[in-house]
Amino acid sequence: MISCLPLDLATGALLLWLGLGLSGLLLGGWPTLACRLVFPLSSMVALLLTTAGFTALTATPDHLQLRGPLPALPWSFQIDPLSGFFLILLGLLACAVALFATGYFRSLPGPALRRLMLQYHVFLLGMGLVLLAANAFTFLVAWESMALASYFLVVTEHEKADSQRAGFLYLLIAHLGALAILLGFVILAGATISQGGPFSAMLHAPLNAFWAATAFLLTFFGFSAKAGLLPLHIWLPDAHPAAPAPVSALMSGAMLQIAFYGMLRVDFLFLGKLAMWWGPFVLMVGLATALFGVLFAAVQTDMKRLLAYSSIENMGLIMVAFGLALIFRAHGLNALAALALAAALYHALNHAFFKGLLFLGSGSVLHGAGSVAMDRLGGMIRQMPQTAFFMLLGTLAIAGLPPLNGFASEWLLLQAFLLSPALPQSTLSAVLPLAASGVVLAVALAAYAMVKFYGIAFLGQARGTRHAHEAGRWERSAMALLSVACIFLGLFPGVLLNLLHPVLQEMLGQGFAIQQGLWLTPVSAQRASYSPVIFFLGMATALGLSFLLIWSFFGRPLRRVPAWACGFPIRTPAMQDSPMGFAQPLLRIFAPLYQAERQANDAGRWRVRIGEPVYRGIYQPLNRIVFWLSAQVLRLQQGRITLYLLYSFLTLLILLALWR
Amino acid sequence: MTITAQGLTWGIPLLRLLAALLLLLTFAMLAQRRLLTLIHLLAWQGMVLAAGTALVALLTGQSELWFSAALTLTLKAILIPTVLHRLLRRLQVRGDVEAVLNIPLTLLAGIALVIFAFFLAAPITALTGTVTRGMVGIALAAVLLAFLMMITRRKAISQVVGFLAIDNGLFFAATSATLGMPMVVELGVALDALIGFVILGIFFFQMRETFDSMDLQHLEQIREE
Repeated sequence: MISCLPLDLATGALLLWLGLGLSGLLLGGWPTLACRLVFPLSSMVALLLTTAGFTALTATPDHLQLRGPLPALPWSFQIDPLSGFFLILLGLLACAVALFATGYFRSLPGPALRRLMLQYHVFLLGMGLVLLAANAFTFLVAWESMALASYFLVVTEHEKADSQRAGFLYLLIAHLGALAILLGFVILAGATISQGGPFSAMLHAPLNAFWAATAFLLTFFGFSAKAGLLPLHIWLPDAHPAAPAPVSALMSGAMLQIAFYGMLRVDFLFLGKLAMWWGPFVLMVGLATALFGVLFAAVQTDMKRLLAYSSIENMGLIMVAFGLALIFRAHGLNALAALALAAALYHALNHAFFKGLLFLGSGSVLHGAGSVAMDRLGGMIRQMPQTAFFMLLGTLAIAGLPPLNGFASEWLLLQAFLLSPALPQSTLSAVLPLAASGVVLAVALAAYAMVKFYGIAFLGQARGTRHAHEAGRWERSAMALLSVACIFLGLFPGVLLNLLHPVLQEMLGQGFAIQQGLWLTPVSAQRASYSPVIFFLGMATALGLSFLLIWSFFGRPLRRVPAWACGFPIRTPAMQDSPMGFAQPLLRIFAPLYQAERQANDAGRWRVRIGEPVYRGIYQPLNRIVFWLSAQVLRLQQGRITLYLLYSFLTLLILLALWR
Repeated sequence: MTITAQGLTWGIPLLRLLAALLLLLTFAMLAQRRLLTLIHLLAWQGMVLAAGTALVALLTGQSELWFSAALTLTLKAILIPTVLHRLLRRLQVRGDVEAVLNIPLTLLAGIALVIFAFFLAAPITALTGTVTRGMVGIALAAVLLAFLMMITRRKAISQVVGFLAIDNGLFFAATSATLGMPMVVELGVALDALIGFVILGIFFFQMRETFDSMDLQHLEQIREE
């Protein structure tokens, strides 16, 4: 019997992806064939990668070194439980997304499809390689190929000015981030950077407090540029609506989490000894990001833009959990750190599934109804019943309703918060409950945003689109797959936590109590425990009984009335609650934050434009400063050759005089 | 490099004379208004250089320096000036070189540069033997003066002449101060100068196509705002 090592399996899968991308480039002349052939195969390969991830959780860490472009710069790969977990995330999501893409891209013209197939697979390859990289050189090459491939995917519709702008902003922030990561690695690797900066040399890097803090801040900045944390999130709300739905699903579900993977590896494994202030810092950034993201998600009118802001919120929540883990770790409370970290990883996986599902669903709506602007949709539940059902599941999951998966991870996070009085430092243990209430606020507002998302687009009456068609078979199967994943993760959290055990063991040296049966008990049964299956059964029974009761008393005879008519005969669908109207309470309460401009046009339509305070407050002044500086530099550039010669002449003279 | 006693008595003063000639020629170039004369001066500079190299070859007995001297003579004293001459005729550039700075002021600046060059070369001179004392200073001064000429001229051709004069100065520094340098280095430098020359030649024609003039002022309008 040939035993297949996880690293061989993973690298093999990545090579297959590359091969599929290249064959997509060749087969682009026959679009239908290419779609039917390449994407389902890509989905199979993703399953292979998932298998590699699962085996990596239990196998011993493995290394592979290949000759690089220079003798001293090898390509170096490794697989350990941490990368295994993220490979599972990437593989499962990519599996569903590729199925969806089979149907979604079938109408794309040949040349565009050709490019897309190559870039799509290079993007997947880049993400996989980031997870497998074992030195700074390989990591950064993979990181940049991931960024570039996703840039090209964002500008798929490159003839549109919006896409170009979104792409440029994304590329700019991505490069700033990559630069910071590179500098961080240089500090961490020290002298070994000339050998490509092997990760094994960075483990518990011997740095003093100042350099450790610098490395931490640089890498945190770099990874948060990709993760979309405040104030580096501005590319996200533009890039996601511009990209095709499967790409948005991958970017939001997997790429953001890969940035989180980078933070985990650097902070827990490389830096090792954590300073006291890092945890609170990350937690504050995360909390601000979560609140900011959800507040802006609630006022969006474009489905994909709303989801993009919601991704920012979810990354914020993951960062809160991560920050909490850093705090506990810095105080030596490894068991509690394991709980917080488990919540973060769990939420990362959940987010990949429900956000992937929602992005795919909005792609279906875009294809079916021709628009994702919520003030043109409405009543899609009648026209696309199956898509609407899957979207309902996704919406409930992201809103954090039990027994779906969003609730489980958020519950774990709150459990970790409730244990913060165990901290020896009294100020922190006093402030943390406040942060917990902030998290609860964000979660509640997320539910509000999701009610809007589903209610406006799928319920009520159709506003403009009356002839929408249901999504195709491939799309529906992909959404069904992700829905099943959401339900499974919601009902059996213990299974996942047992899988996380080796990851936590690797990161903290301490795992999580092994979960038994249907109960989820983070600390002890006396303290708190949660059983989604029993909850689900109880809820279903209660709902069923009350339905039967109401139906038997008031349900006869059956009447059908227009939805949301409130008893009045609605004259036009425009009289329903509009996406902006739904968000009015928030717009009023947080008016200074939104800087909304209201104006009525000649047709009597009332328009509200939401500003982006971070863009106005930070980026525009920065932009002005850069322009001012360039104008100053431009004075040097007069276009006269003699003047340029004079510059070099004077430089030469000064250098000569100094050198003497 | 050993030099015979007889060589010391007449060879070194001759080399010094050549160095002084080089500096004088560079000053003449700095003061010259007419393009044609500028090219002639460049040719003369090449001759002096070739003579200097030949003299060093004679004094030290290095056979490859003879080859180097021949190369210098053909390339720098004959070939390049001839080509420049032809360029001048084909491009029909006439008239004087318009200087950015007036000539007396340029010459004064040149004197200051020579003093600066000697000041710079003092530590090197202290290290070298008595034989080549002063050579490094003169060569450095020639380089700086040629650079100054590039700065103060407006016509593109005079920039090329300045560029070639810089190369001459460097070359002189190499041969006279150290009494000969490896052939490889020399070939490399010669190739460098030749390529620079070719590029600038193409640039001339482009410039003429575009602006119908050799005046560098026209280039000011193509900068990016």
